[in-house]
Amino acid sequence: MKLIVVSAGLSTPSSTRLLADRLAEAARDELTARGRTPSTEVVELRELAGDIANHLVTGFPPPRLGAAIDAVTEADGLIVVTPVFAASYSGLFKSFFDVIDPDALSGKPVLIAATGGTARHSLALEHAVRPLFAHLRAVVVPTAVFAASEDWGSGGDAYTDGLPGRVRRAGAELAALVAARPVGAEPEDDVTVLERQLADLRFD
Amino acid sequence: MQFGIFTVGDVTPDPTNGRTPTEHERIKAMVAIALKAEEVGLDVFATGEHHNPPFVPSSPTTMLGHIAARTEKLILSTSTTLITTNDPVKIAEDYAMLQHLADGRVDLMLGRGNTGPVYPWFGQDIRQGINLAKENYSLLRRLWREDVVDWEGTFRTPLQAFVSTPRPLDGVPPFVWHGSIRSPEIAEQAAYYGDGFFHNNIFWPADHTRRMVQLYRRRFAHHGHGRPEDAVVGLGGQVFMRKNSQDAVREFRPYFDNAPVYGHGPSLEEFTEQTPLTVGSPQQVIERTLSFREGVGDYQRQLFLMDHAGLPLKTVLEQLDILGEEVVPVLRREFAKGRPADVPEAPTHASLRAVREVSAA
Repeated sequence: MKLIVVSAGLSTPSSTRLLADRLAEAARDELTARGRTPSTEVVELRELAGDIANHLVTGFPPPRLGAAIDAVTEADGLIVVTPVFAASYSGLFKSFFDVIDPDALSGKPVLIAATGGTARHSLALEHAVRPLFAHLRAVVVPTAVFAASEDWGSGGDAYTDGLPGRVRRAGAELAALVAARPVGAEPEDDVTVLERQLADLRFD
Repeated sequence: MQFGIFTVGDVTPDPTNGRTPTEHERIKAMVAIALKAEEVGLDVFATGEHHNPPFVPSSPTTMLGHIAARTEKLILSTSTTLITTNDPVKIAEDYAMLQHLADGRVDLMLGRGNTGPVYPWFGQDIRQGINLAKENYSLLRRLWREDVVDWEGTFRTPLQAFVSTPRPLDGVPPFVWHGSIRSPEIAEQAAYYGDGFFHNNIFWPADHTRRMVQLYRRRFAHHGHGRPEDAVVGLGGQVFMRKNSQDAVREFRPYFDNAPVYGHGPSLEEFTEQTPLTVGSPQQVIERTLSFREGVGDYQRQLFLMDHAGLPLKTVLEQLDILGEEVVPVLRREFAKGRPADVPEAPTHASLRAVREVSAA
């Protein structure tokens, strides 16, 4: 069982990566509690920035990006975290998902999260990130986690959980979806389907 | 094994001086390049088919017919013929006509084309690309193999009592290659019919090419056309050569850096490492090309892309001299070594006619 964490933070260290790690920990703890300890692997998009641009231009991934795409494609669950840039996901974050096969995320449980300077950006997760993964036919968990700068130094209030509470809730939601997935489902064999279609057409 | 060149037919400014050839100059250059291919002993010239600028070859059989009249041995082919947006009836007629004019020196490579607007311009829907490729090809085969065709399908008007003329030369339809880069469906289509499969690997990593060709070989055997090693495989290649490899790199770099397909992306060094592009001495090109066999097995046709990205005609002709005089003779010799005697050659009109005569007798 494999969780892949995609972080689009640009600085090192970044609060985006920090949030990604907290989410991964929450999901891992919950899965461990269910007796399904996952392996986790982090894909730092900053390290792949040049490769992603080259893939856009050439149509194929350089080896390191290819490995990251394979990891995401084969993951049992994804945690994806982007900084909010200009009211949306960062261009690097979007470009990474642009070069992945559109079917690769079908049915895959995904936890979406974002970081930003103020909580006024938090709906970017709902109006930009969630529709992106809906388009990719991923199963996005109900709780999307936004961490504003102030969240790192404050707790909850009467109306809202603090960041740790939201992280735990989202991690548990992802873990529940991941744990419920069938193990090792075989994708349909395209070639066999095609053979049937060609046989229908063939005359000679 | 056959060696040749394939051209996209792009009109691209020469990045070293900003000069753009006219369409007329480019078309004439393509013809000069084809004639040079025969002169230096290459076997195949293939032209692309495009219906949008900056490409000129919209009418491949017109060009190939002209080249046929001015050559004696060269096999004329395409890279690719659009099986999706051309009417299969017109393909059947045009290429049968070309076959007669060229005394059988004709085959063709079918492809889908990946320029979105070309589909609606020709009354088709790109979302139906694979289905068009399947239905149109199935009709094309019948038009070449049956004198009178009654046919009904999804994408064109039905045919009742239709006879495609002229009939293929000697009753032998042109050999067909299916070209694809990333669609396993097309490898399957080639395997299904026992046709050739050309993987245009020039912009792609070797591992991808290996997987696509292996899929084709496996399915070729599955469909009862022979052993996997009997399947008919063609590959692309892309080279630029000078005596000293540093000179080749220095001269080619501005063309690489500004090339329409991959320019402004990876460096020349990264791209040569990750794809078959080889920029260097003739010996380096020989070694790289020989290495293709390791991934795909003994194969039948090797085509090189030589004239693109604004390279001037004079340079392209020099490259063809090097290719024909220094590279291909060595490749012929080296590829023959260790090649089992029962691995077939690429089918030609003569070989297909012989098969037909044997089966008729």
